[in-house]
Amino acid sequence: MTYLAKSPWLIHYDASSCNGCDIEVLACLTPMYDVERFGIINTGNPKHADVFVVTGGVNELNRAVIKNIYDQMVEPKVVVAVGICACSGGVFRECYNISGGIDKLIPVDVYVPGCAARPESIIDGIVTALGILEEKRKNMTNVPQKSADNSASHNQNNQSAGGTQ
Amino acid sequence: MSKQIIIPFGPQHPVLPEPIHLDLVLEDEKVVDAIPTIGYVHRGLEKLVEKREFPEYVFIAERICGICSFIHSQAYVQGIEQIMGLEVPERAQFLRTIWGEYSRMHSHLLWLGLFADSMGFESVFMNAWRLREHLLDDMEATTGGRVIQGVCKVGGVRKDISPEKLDEMLKGLRTLEHELRDLLNVFLYDSSIKYRLKGLGKLSSEDAYYLGAVGPTARGSGIDIDMRSTGYGAFDRINFKPVVEHDGDCYARCAVRAKELFTSIDIIDQCIRKMPDGPVDMKFTGAPDGEYFSRAEQPRGEVVHYIKGNGKRNILRHRVRTPTFTNIPPLVTLLKGVELADVPVVVLTIDPCIGCSER
Repeated sequence: MTYLAKSPWLIHYDASSCNGCDIEVLACLTPMYDVERFGIINTGNPKHADVFVVTGGVNELNRAVIKNIYDQMVEPKVVVAVGICACSGGVFRECYNISGGIDKLIPVDVYVPGCAARPESIIDGIVTALGILEEKRKNMTNVPQKSADNSASHNQNNQSAGGTQ
Repeated sequence: MSKQIIIPFGPQHPVLPEPIHLDLVLEDEKVVDAIPTIGYVHRGLEKLVEKREFPEYVFIAERICGICSFIHSQAYVQGIEQIMGLEVPERAQFLRTIWGEYSRMHSHLLWLGLFADSMGFESVFMNAWRLREHLLDDMEATTGGRVIQGVCKVGGVRKDISPEKLDEMLKGLRTLEHELRDLLNVFLYDSSIKYRLKGLGKLSSEDAYYLGAVGPTARGSGIDIDMRSTGYGAFDRINFKPVVEHDGDCYARCAVRAKELFTSIDIIDQCIRKMPDGPVDMKFTGAPDGEYFSRAEQPRGEVVHYIKGNGKRNILRHRVRTPTFTNIPPLVTLLKGVELADVPVVVLTIDPCIGCSER
């Protein structure tokens, strides 16, 4: 993980999940699994977050909330669908109120299947997402903008500092 | 009278792992009314009985909620077994009781952690969840799943526990008991926690009774209701006393849950000592024809599974009345008159489980 220049923060939202995956996401933050060693903090504010962790199969009432949270997050951002319900609807696929998967609504970068998804696989999914996040950030600096040169050199400095430490 | 303002609380909120929306009507810093909106976790899984046969519907019933998962599947299969008149082997009843108490303990520790977090005690939150991992390890070793076990089935259970593993579990619980005492001393005797909780969000026993409070919310207000006293599973062969506190404030509800952890350890101890030998499941034919109200005690209170079948493989109706649903009217009463800063603490003391209450 030497290429990580910044601490990615995550926001978690329960989109009609049974809770199983949600308590496993929380368990990732506690001493046994401890994702804070990657610099990850669970935040409640979409504007502070880089990683959007969604669980559950998305019911009608939740569509607007998810869209709202996703739109409020600043670029670059990645979405991790945790649990089989978030991937495809799972056992609730045939329920009348379930859309069946987060990817029906917003683009998903990493799928973490499982019912309930184990903390190990959630951590693996989030770490994979961090690679994608870094990729997206690099691509963003190529976009011509006012402070493009400054931010690119800034990133390089950060990376070399991280390498020497 | 000062001007009223409305502050929206949820559905996405840092103290809530699950979505519920409350409109808090404030006068200055005081809450004068709370209007709940639910429906963010409604999946409509009761209607799936039309598409799933009754033995495989156990998996859906278990996924009503990921925290109280085992007890949901237990209550559902109990109902089916009562309608069909199945005599479940004794050993299966004892194993169900052990797993039920394990899930109660992991739920209470999870709650104590979240509760500490809502008050700003980050390290207590981490410690409570660290201890909870010991319980989940035992669950995983015996059932194969951490939070969703899938071990209950109509006519018994899928897995047996060897006598050596039972001894090991007992030893593990004894060690855990010592660590729990250290942790719970913080919740029960720490002066800053007492200062924060004593007298906050008072629910009188009359209000608790008339508003239909169940579980620790009712027991914290001095009402002695605990479905385990009705003797379902193996509870008719176990001696235990429900924990009842009389003050009705946030501290009392916290104390009920803290002390119930030790009751659960005691119940598991008795189960392991009295565990009979024999098979853990039985064969059955036919399908349920009739109806039954199956009641069980969840970590959050009494759950009722209503099951109606007509002799076909798909049952006609499955309806669940979950504890959080009946605890929402007491919560709305509790919120009136508290300060805005205390709202997360008061909301958490009923241990809201939205996944259960909306299904």
